[in-house]
This record gives sequence, structure tokens and C-alpha cells, in this order.
Amino acid sequence: MFDHGILERHSLLLVVGILIVVAIGGIVEIAPLFYLESTIEKVQGMRPYTPLELAGRAIYMREGCYLCHSQMIRPLRDEVERYGHYSLAAESMYDHPFQWGSKRTGPDLARVGGKYSDEWHRAHLADPRSVVPESVMPPYVFLEKNELRFDDIADSLRANRIVGVPYTEDMIANARADLIAQAMPDANGVDAFQKRYPKASARDFDGDPKRISEMDALIAYLQMLGTLVDFSTYKADAPENRR
Amino acid sequence: MVGKKKGVDEFSGTETTGHEWDGIRELDTPLPRWWLWVFYATIVWAFGYWILYPSWPTLSGYMPGILHQSQRADVEQAVLELRSKREEMGKMLGTATLEQIEADPNLFQFAREAGKSVFGDNCATCHGSGAQGFKGYPNLNDDVWLWGGKLEDIKHTIQVGVRSTSPDTRQSQMPAFGRDAMLESKQIDDLVEYVVSLAGRPANTEAVGRARQTFKEQCAVCHGEDGKGKRELGAPNLTDTEWLYGGERSDIRAQIVTGRGGVMPTWGSRLDPMTIDALAVYVHSLGGGE
Repeated sequence: MFDHGILERHSLLLVVGILIVVAIGGIVEIAPLFYLESTIEKVQGMRPYTPLELAGRAIYMREGCYLCHSQMIRPLRDEVERYGHYSLAAESMYDHPFQWGSKRTGPDLARVGGKYSDEWHRAHLADPRSVVPESVMPPYVFLEKNELRFDDIADSLRANRIVGVPYTEDMIANARADLIAQAMPDANGVDAFQKRYPKASARDFDGDPKRISEMDALIAYLQMLGTLVDFSTYKADAPENRR
Repeated sequence: MVGKKKGVDEFSGTETTGHEWDGIRELDTPLPRWWLWVFYATIVWAFGYWILYPSWPTLSGYMPGILHQSQRADVEQAVLELRSKREEMGKMLGTATLEQIEADPNLFQFAREAGKSVFGDNCATCHGSGAQGFKGYPNLNDDVWLWGGKLEDIKHTIQVGVRSTSPDTRQSQMPAFGRDAMLESKQIDDLVEYVVSLAGRPANTEAVGRARQTFKEQCAVCHGEDGKGKRELGAPNLTDTEWLYGGERSDIRAQIVTGRGGVMPTWGSRLDPMTIDALAVYVHSLGGGE
């Protein structure tokens, strides 16, 4: 019979044994997601985030929004009734890292895009209780005041490309111009921007057309959430989309 | 630790592990039988689960299990069941006139209940949980309607939104008379007095006199010569006591300077028609419906 006294007396052997046991969980549950083609649904409409949305996403992470807001509509009746179509894997395929979250002190944000006006988002982020008196969300009024720093935006795109987001050379070369074009649509280059990022909305998100604030970036990101996939062409009942 | 000899402890009668520290021996008390059997049962259960439900990954997919269970199929089924429960009432709601809905207590109650829950999820964020509104977001309890207060008007507004993404959205834009330098500061000061006088409050009569012509030229096309507003343009009535952006002189001035206009999202692409029907009845029934 196996004497585990051997393992207990040889610490290196014990470490190797622990690694093997722990790795089994990863090999069975995580590794297949990387090689199985059926992990991510084939959908139409998903595109990499625009430079402005990417900058907004960075602010979303910096402020820790994911601690109170999830971005994951689970396949449960009440969630689908409240938030809309359950989230697809394809919808977070360009997320590095994903923002699914694990706690809902505030509501799920996976499909918040287009649900409220820009003006509402401005008022709500600056002072949540001015529009939702029962809210416990902290105010983020400084986002309006902070100029958006985006001198390194091309590098952000490049970093995302390294982990698999299909940003083209063209997108990286024009990242700065695209960011400005989306937040200041009076500037030139909106057509070129929308050619690179189909259906992306270019407008003054923060209500101050003269500058690009962190508020611009965050609202651009929020207003895009959950709106990319074209559900009219998505076959939910096809066997390959069943989970 | 010395010794490997196993034995039986003389006090408790339990086997020892053979480990001994300075005369203290470690007992090898067996696990409770019931616990051990439950543990074995869970292992057996796992095998049953693997066979019935989706479990192990394979090279090209996963073992679907003989029940072919799918969470996504389950939720679609659950939503379908919910819809079919509502279908009968929902269909009646879509075709019934306001009089018919109000005459049928069951239908009316159904619409109000369904509408109320959807309102809480989607509309209360801007219009308030009691539909009381906020600065810039209209109160839906009163009888002041920017775009019309009939059931069909409300339904249409919900469907297409205001200054929103739908091609049919309700659209109008008040010019930013101050910011875009269409009027001089002095003219705006006079106009503020004029608007205050329209609302029936005491105002500087000289300024009102000076502003009369400006109002006629610049404002009357949307707000009407009498200042009572035009609903087809979403232009508010200036003679009542309700103010979307506040009724103080400074509020009125700010509005003339910047020409703000609220945005309401297009709900037709987000909510199904039955839900919008119910929502319209709910909003209509809040007190101010026409």
C-alpha cells in the first residue's frame, strides 16, 4: 500500500504532487476553452473597441466599477426579462481582462448602451443621487474635470493586439486621430474613423465640445456596451450556439 | 517523533497510528461510518451526473450527456412560457382602444401591473421611481405633456424616443440663442422678463414691452404667439407653472442661452410591442393622461 509518509517527508515531492493535482482542474476546465472553436459563438457586428472606448474602459477598470457592477447577463428568466438577451462569449472576446464581475451592488451593465441619454450619464456619474435618490453609488465628478490622457493610446491598441484583438496597422497608426474624431465630431476624420469602426457613434459625450475629458471616454464606452452584436442574424437555437 | 509500532491505546481502546511524541501517542480514530458512506455516494452520484448532463470536454467539443440539457434552451423556454401566459391579455392590449381598456378591469389591471414593473426597470432611472421627474426629465404624473398625452402619443414617444437614434424619433432643437450669439445679452434679459410675465408672475413691464417683438420673431414659431407651446414640436407651454429646467429667472436665462433639449432613448428596439403597450397604459394612468 502507498505510504504517504514518503510525500510528507520530502517537501519537493509534495510540491510536485500538489502541482499535479491542482493542474487537473485547470486542464479539464480551462485548457479546452482555448482550443475548442465552439467556445466563442460566430456573430456579426463585434468589432474591436474604438480608441476612445478603450480609454473609457481603462477608466472603468481604474475606478473599479466591476466591484459593484457586473457585465454578465446570465441565462436565467428574470435576468433576461430585466436586462435583455443573455450575454454571449463573443461579446467579451475583445475584453482583456473581461469585466464580468461577481457582485451586483449596482445593476448589471452588459447592455446599458443606449438605455439612457448621455446627459443622464453625465448627471449620474457626477452626482448619482441627483437622478436616483436611493442610489448608494459614490460620485465621480472629477471625471468631468480631468482631461483624458491619451498620448499612449496607440500603445494600448498595440498591447491589445499582442493578446489577440485584431487591430490593424491602419487602426494603430490612426488611434490618436480616431479618438479625437469620435469625441469631437466637428473635427475632420469622422468618416475615416467610422470606416475603421463600423457603426461607432461619434459625438460630444460629455457636453463640453471644446475638450476631451475622462467623462467623454467613459460615457462612450458605456453607450457601446452590449450594442455591438447584431441579434437579428444570431441563431440562438442552432446546435453550435447551445450551451 | 519515534517509533512506528502500531498498537491499541489502553484507555480508549482505539488503534494508534504508531506516531509517538515524548510518550504521547496519536490515535487513529476512524471516520464516522455515516460520513464515509455519504462521501462514497457523492462519488457514485458524479458518475450518474456525467452520463446525464454535459460534463467532460473532448477534443472537438464536450460530452452533451444523454439528456442534452442546455441552459440557454431552458431560459428561452422559460421566457416563452412567460410570454404565452401574457399573450392573451397582451394581444387585447395591442388592439384595444383606451375606452375598451379602461372598461375592462382585468385588462386594465394587467396593463398597469406589467407596465409598472417595466417602468421600474427602465424608466424610473430618469423619470423617478414615482414618475415624479427631475430637472430635465419630465414629471409623468401631471397633465403637462411635451409631445402629447393621449395613449397613442405616449406609446409613440416610448417607441421612437426623443432626439434619439430611431429615424422616426421625435425631433426638435431649441437654438442656443446666447451661446451661438443669435441674440444680445440685453435682449435675453428682456426675454426672461417676458417669459416670467407669460407665466403670470410680476415682471418688469418696460422689459416685457421691449421683448414683445423679439419673442414674436424668435420664439413664437415654436412656442406660439401666446406662449402656449406646440406639441408637434415638443415646445413647452410657457404660460403654466411647470418648468422642465426650473422657473427661476436664472434658470430661464440659462435655457435661452444654451437651448437644452432632453434625450429619451428609442425603446422600440429594446422592448417588445406588448411591453410598450402596457407601459403606455401605465404612464397614461398615472394621473395626467388625456
